[in-house]
Amino acid sequence: MTIQREMIPARPAPGSTIGPIAWLRANLFSGPVNTVFTLLGLYLLYLLLVPTIQWAFIDADWIGTSRADCSREGACWVFINARIGQFIYGLYPGSEIWRVNLTFAVFAALIAWLAIPRLPFKRWVAVLTLVAFPLLAYFLLYGGHFGLRVVETHRWGGLTLTLILAVVGMVGALPIGILLALGRRSQMPIVKSFCVVFIEFWRGVPLITVLFMASVMLPLFMPTGVSVDRLIRAFIGITLFQSAYMAEVIRGGLQAIPRGQEEAAAALGMTYWKRMGLIVLPQALKMMIPGIVNTFISLFKDTTLVMIIGLFDLLGIVQAALSDSRWLGFALEGYVFAAFMFWIFCFSMSRYSQYLERKLHTGHKR
Amino acid sequence: MSEQASTPKAGSETPMVEMRGVNKWYGDFHVLRDIDLEVRRGERIVICGPSGSGKSTLIRCINHLEEHQQGEIVVGGVPLTQDVKRIEQIRRSVGMVFQHFNLFPHLTVLENCCISPMWVQKKPRREAEAEAMKYLERVQIAEQARKYPGQLSGGQQQRVAIARSLCMHPEVMLFDEPTSALDPEMIKEVLDVMVELAREGMTMLCVTHEMGFAKTVADRVIFMDQGQIIEENAPEPFFNDPQSERTRLFLSQILGH
Amino acid sequence: MSVRPQARPAGPKPPFWRDRAKRALIFQLLLVAAVAAFLLYIIGNTQANLSARGITTGFGFLNNTAGFGIVQSLIDYSSQSTYGRTFVVGLLNTLLVSALGVLAATIIGFTVGIARLSPNWLIARLANGYIEIFRNIPLLLQIFFWYFAVLRAMPAARDSLSIGEVIFLNVRGLYLPEPLFESGFGLIPLAFGVAVVASIALVIWNRRRHEATGKRLPAGWISLALILGLPMLVLVATGVPVTWDVPELRGFNFRGGITVIPEFLALWLALSIYTASFIAEIVRSGIQAIPHGQTEAAQALSLPRNLVLRLVVVPQAMRVIIPPLTSQYLNLIKNSSLATAIGYPDLVSVFAGTTLNQTGQAIEVIAMTMAVYLTISLLVSMFMNWFNARVALVER
Repeated sequence: MTIQREMIPARPAPGSTIGPIAWLRANLFSGPVNTVFTLLGLYLLYLLLVPTIQWAFIDADWIGTSRADCSREGACWVFINARIGQFIYGLYPGSEIWRVNLTFAVFAALIAWLAIPRLPFKRWVAVLTLVAFPLLAYFLLYGGHFGLRVVETHRWGGLTLTLILAVVGMVGALPIGILLALGRRSQMPIVKSFCVVFIEFWRGVPLITVLFMASVMLPLFMPTGVSVDRLIRAFIGITLFQSAYMAEVIRGGLQAIPRGQEEAAAALGMTYWKRMGLIVLPQALKMMIPGIVNTFISLFKDTTLVMIIGLFDLLGIVQAALSDSRWLGFALEGYVFAAFMFWIFCFSMSRYSQYLERKLHTGHKR
Repeated sequence: MSEQASTPKAGSETPMVEMRGVNKWYGDFHVLRDIDLEVRRGERIVICGPSGSGKSTLIRCINHLEEHQQGEIVVGGVPLTQDVKRIEQIRRSVGMVFQHFNLFPHLTVLENCCISPMWVQKKPRREAEAEAMKYLERVQIAEQARKYPGQLSGGQQQRVAIARSLCMHPEVMLFDEPTSALDPEMIKEVLDVMVELAREGMTMLCVTHEMGFAKTVADRVIFMDQGQIIEENAPEPFFNDPQSERTRLFLSQILGH
Repeated sequence: MSVRPQARPAGPKPPFWRDRAKRALIFQLLLVAAVAAFLLYIIGNTQANLSARGITTGFGFLNNTAGFGIVQSLIDYSSQSTYGRTFVVGLLNTLLVSALGVLAATIIGFTVGIARLSPNWLIARLANGYIEIFRNIPLLLQIFFWYFAVLRAMPAARDSLSIGEVIFLNVRGLYLPEPLFESGFGLIPLAFGVAVVASIALVIWNRRRHEATGKRLPAGWISLALILGLPMLVLVATGVPVTWDVPELRGFNFRGGITVIPEFLALWLALSIYTASFIAEIVRSGIQAIPHGQTEAAQALSLPRNLVLRLVVVPQAMRVIIPPLTSQYLNLIKNSSLATAIGYPDLVSVFAGTTLNQTGQAIEVIAMTMAVYLTISLLVSMFMNWFNARVALVER
């Protein structure tokens, strides 16, 4: 029989198991193999980072206006500086750029409202973003009303166009995707098979063939004499393509809702559309947001493909600037800049979606 | 001290499990504090205590699923060190049953039982299967041998997990809350198997809150709190006359209703 | 009144628009009618447009002479060949870059994915860096980077970069030595074949022996030694009946050896590196999806570390990994169509690009191109359904 009358106080862990030295030993040098890996990793890092930093910062030219200012061995960011306006706004007329800025400011505010968990009225802001904002954006960007000058779509370009394409594709694809997902779960055989074929068709072909189709076949489908704006054609192609992927994300979210929810709603006497609209979809949408953000990221990256059908998105306009005879030989700078822009957007979005996923997971456990 | 069931085989030989001054930290958290414990062959020990008291960690140190940082653990005369061969040797003589069964879902019940005999003890399949069937019969689940774990109830799965451990002929069995993930009606079928095992003289360390089981089977009951052994006694005095205030409080909480 | 039991509840019949079954029927008929009307409208417009432009529909154009050259072809092709042949050339080029891309992406992806789980902090961070950088940059941008900023910036033929004066890299591509087999070389594939058969036999024998006696040999290592060693042995014994056709600088260009065009290199590199970053994530999450309890249970059964992985973790992880992995392969195949942006002669570039522009047969060309990708997708998803049905864990 043993009885411990006095409680043993907690002691700090022995020095060999905590602290930076112990951390190093446990995580980097825990054995001969590990040590070799660590040294190899350090060498690799040295090989990659040192020349990169040297090129991008230490040996780089930052200020100037023309090619002549690119005198040093490293990167010449003067090229980017000189072109930044085009890279962001395309050929949008200089005096009207405030319209683009205003549109994006409104958009950023709406998205920020949606993304910050604590703010109220989420549902109304979402409706505003999906319905009112596209109209506002159209009037602001295209103009022609309220005394705003018309800016033809062929002047749109750069980061502006990339964002417009991605957002339009997304906003257009969401309702179609919801209908397709509901259709795919439907009991009606014709509706179901129609949705399955539609979804699998668009998911089975590369976006580039879709864009080709939109650019060469769409004009054939229209009545003779009707021509469709090139940008609209890209919108149609991207939206159809994206809606198939969106449908699959939504179907996944719908499947995650227990059957009991729909049964309970039916027991309360709700019709199909009320069951979906009031009970199932609101719950499912919450679970779908990470998936939706992920498809948005791939759409955002995929918008670069529109340059193949002759639109100048961010990558397209960088690529065009590279062949400017006054600025030959700055391909690396151009691509690094474009890659950096895309990376910032995609990385922050993917971080946000990971955060949501974690929140969703813990929220469900507890 | 032990009044129930069979007597320990021999008190004089080396203890089955010996822990001396064992300390363990998770980062800065001092989870095991100066643990001294000696388990003789054939002895049955029940460990209880509030959650987070370190009782699971304690038994998981015995087969080195957790690493202790100070002190000495000797299992069947083999001191536990960093030596991989020794760890495997100790694990061969120590069976373990987990709270969540941890059966391998991609293998049938029979394959689950044969995996270690065939790959570690290098027995022919026929022999391993025959022996596995023997143990499956003993836990009364032989008719399910060709099924997959996912097709069985929780109680059935836990009995398979016990049979799987027994197939290695362990000298000591560790039970880590074997009934706490089970529905009430399934607890009895698992406890019956454990009682049966105890009757046959298996050395057992059980982390459990089944106080009925402790009263019928245990030679000793250990109460742990905040990473230390607070009280250690034969079941009768332990339950009837707990010495420490904490033990009394704990017992009143779990037996109170 | 009918005597037979009724399938539907008795009672007054509702008007047809409130009858559930009829409602569904009407709704579906409406859908069919709408789709049909839409299609008719499109077909009508298209016919009008085509006749206005003087384009005849049909696949007859496939037999016409193409009249343009293609820089890389796996089969005989010249500008005298037909449009039908351009389709085959493009398709084969797509399959070539896809197959090599899948191979490389798998190797890189699994390596990085496993490195991501390394207990070594630095290695895990480096792998994470790889994943986060490459999957967040558009593939087209990566293709451009490799093509325009790296390969197109290579020196001219005269100042080629070289490895040991046998492999050369310049602005025109990568030049590799080509093995020329002499008589007697046939023994080496033979030896390889023998080694493979022997290894398979060894593995089967070893498994039977393990089941029968419990003993086993390290068959994997022995097989590896056999497969590598036996052909080597024969190679040395027959006096190395291989000569290498090493590329050589003649005038402004290299002659001899194998030429890998920079378009192929850029596309292949970008596809492999980009897809590998997704595969690495799949591998990581697949391995992490296996509950830690599985490893602990296997350890408690005293399985050594390599057997824990081989018998418990890997078989379960592969079930999780393979479905998303195949869809990444599918993505890689579809993404290979970005070839058209740098002029690698794949299906889209050659057929949906040049052939379409020359013939104007938009509908036929796009339909054929899409049909190819749809067929591949269909085959892959059939495989996936079969695989999922086969490996699905049996549950209640």
